[in-house]
Amino acid sequence: MTSSAKSANRPGVGWALLFVAPATVGLVALYLWPFLSTFVKSFQDVPAFGPATYTGLDNYAELAGDGEVWQAFGNSALYTVLVLLGIPLAVVLAALIEQVSRGRSVYRVLFFLPVVTLPVAVGMVWRFIYNGDFGLLNYVLSWFGVDGHYWVADPRFTIYAFAAVGVWMGLGINLIILGAGLQAIPKAVYEASALDGAGRVRQFFHITVPLLSPSIFFVTILTVIAALQMFDLIFIMLRSVNNTALADSKTIVYLFYEKAFVQFQQGYGAAIAIVLLIVIMIATALQFRLQRSWVFYG
Amino acid sequence: MGERRTWPIHLLLIVASVIMVVPFAWQILTVFKTTPEVARIPPTVLPEEFSLHAFETFFSTVPFWSMFAVSTGSLVLRVVGQVAVAALAGYAFARLPFPGRNVLFGLFVAMLMVPSQLFLIGQYGLIRDFGLLDTLPALAIPGMFSAFGTFLMRQAFLNMPADFEEAARLDGANPFQVFWYVMLPMAKPTLAALTVLTGLYSWNDLLWPLIVSPSGENRPLPVGLAGLQGQFGTDYPTLMAGALVCSIPLVLVFLLLQRQFFRGIASSGLKG
Repeated sequence: MTSSAKSANRPGVGWALLFVAPATVGLVALYLWPFLSTFVKSFQDVPAFGPATYTGLDNYAELAGDGEVWQAFGNSALYTVLVLLGIPLAVVLAALIEQVSRGRSVYRVLFFLPVVTLPVAVGMVWRFIYNGDFGLLNYVLSWFGVDGHYWVADPRFTIYAFAAVGVWMGLGINLIILGAGLQAIPKAVYEASALDGAGRVRQFFHITVPLLSPSIFFVTILTVIAALQMFDLIFIMLRSVNNTALADSKTIVYLFYEKAFVQFQQGYGAAIAIVLLIVIMIATALQFRLQRSWVFYG
Repeated sequence: MGERRTWPIHLLLIVASVIMVVPFAWQILTVFKTTPEVARIPPTVLPEEFSLHAFETFFSTVPFWSMFAVSTGSLVLRVVGQVAVAALAGYAFARLPFPGRNVLFGLFVAMLMVPSQLFLIGQYGLIRDFGLLDTLPALAIPGMFSAFGTFLMRQAFLNMPADFEEAARLDGANPFQVFWYVMLPMAKPTLAALTVLTGLYSWNDLLWPLIVSPSGENRPLPVGLAGLQGQFGTDYPTLMAGALVCSIPLVLVFLLLQRQFFRGIASSGLKG
């Protein structure tokens, strides 16, 4: 401290430590320590009251043989794959918005509205639209002679119903990120290809998609991570109204919530969280491996 | 591309926009219907008799203003806390060398990559042990500290020229004065982006408030709305009115600050 204080234009280490202290204390107390305690608890039986006991790998063994856990991972995986279908849609819409000059901001605002609407409110509105007896969706489908269903009361359809809402909710965010990526593509590239007689569709597949692929990759990573953590929609559409379809529609984070904070089996809940972490890490690493074959860094 | 026609593109975008907006339109139309009318097959589009009973039921059964105050209070606490803590730390990580800086920053980045569910059990234990369950600070405290915010602020300070900083230092300003009067004003766009993102996340969050308000006291809007749905599961006009009233504040803020929202999302790509 004294040596650096001597040179007037270099601040002392003391100042730096003062600056990072609040963030570091918070990080250690509220993130690092809870993370380590989750890890430790996953090897323990933690009763709601009284001391925890170490049970080794019991939680993980139980988890591996628990049909409910497998079903929850299956539901989350299905939901994630379905929500990924929204990404090509977002790429096309982002490219379309980029082509127009008038009304661009109006479109952006409209597509962004679901992002700034409370997810709980979104879930309530869609639950009404999905109502099997008098919901809007079944009514619209009846115009085309398609049979209606109990979309959120029949476990065969719940995950698909959630995924449609997930795509609708995520579109606004994806459009903003992809839009920023599109603006970084030099206009000259399009002009040159137009002189060569390339049409819009050709330009989309041969210029837009390859040059936008880093942004598409980024959006894909974020979408997978968010989709694997889906909780709000299932809570609001099924749990808060005691819908019997809940039993077969649980997602992994919903199951974690139920075990750790409703049944207060925190050891078992912690083990589920650790497995979730591993799944997200594998999914992300896999995408980084796969990107070599399709992401183009010009 | 100027000579190409844009109306087919507008047509496609308008169709897509209509699909985006239909749920909101249906919600608003439903609010003014009576409960029996909503259950009719086929559904009516416009309300047959204009009714405001949904709003009356909502406001007479739900303590909207106290929920609104809890949501707003915890948002302000969380945003102000996070922006202050993250800006200070981000500045040090970018500009003030100290021993172990890279190791410490590595720890922040590592926590950035861990899904939030991994922290919940431990955070809940701390809040409970400090007797903070069902209080306003419980909602805000964990979110006041953010590896993401620190990371974002560090990026902002890294990209700034060193000239101003050195000039101020030579004029005898101490590091806090340099930070406060010189560097922080230049970081305004990032501060705005972080404010908007943190505010959005705080306002929308359901899982954490659900966990730390077990008694139902000091509930923010998402938890209160979920409770309303449990209570009035089939009274759709009342549910739609509640969903509408609770969503409007943030939608209005968004319409006023569109640019900050878009820049916030674009600069970070934070999702959920």
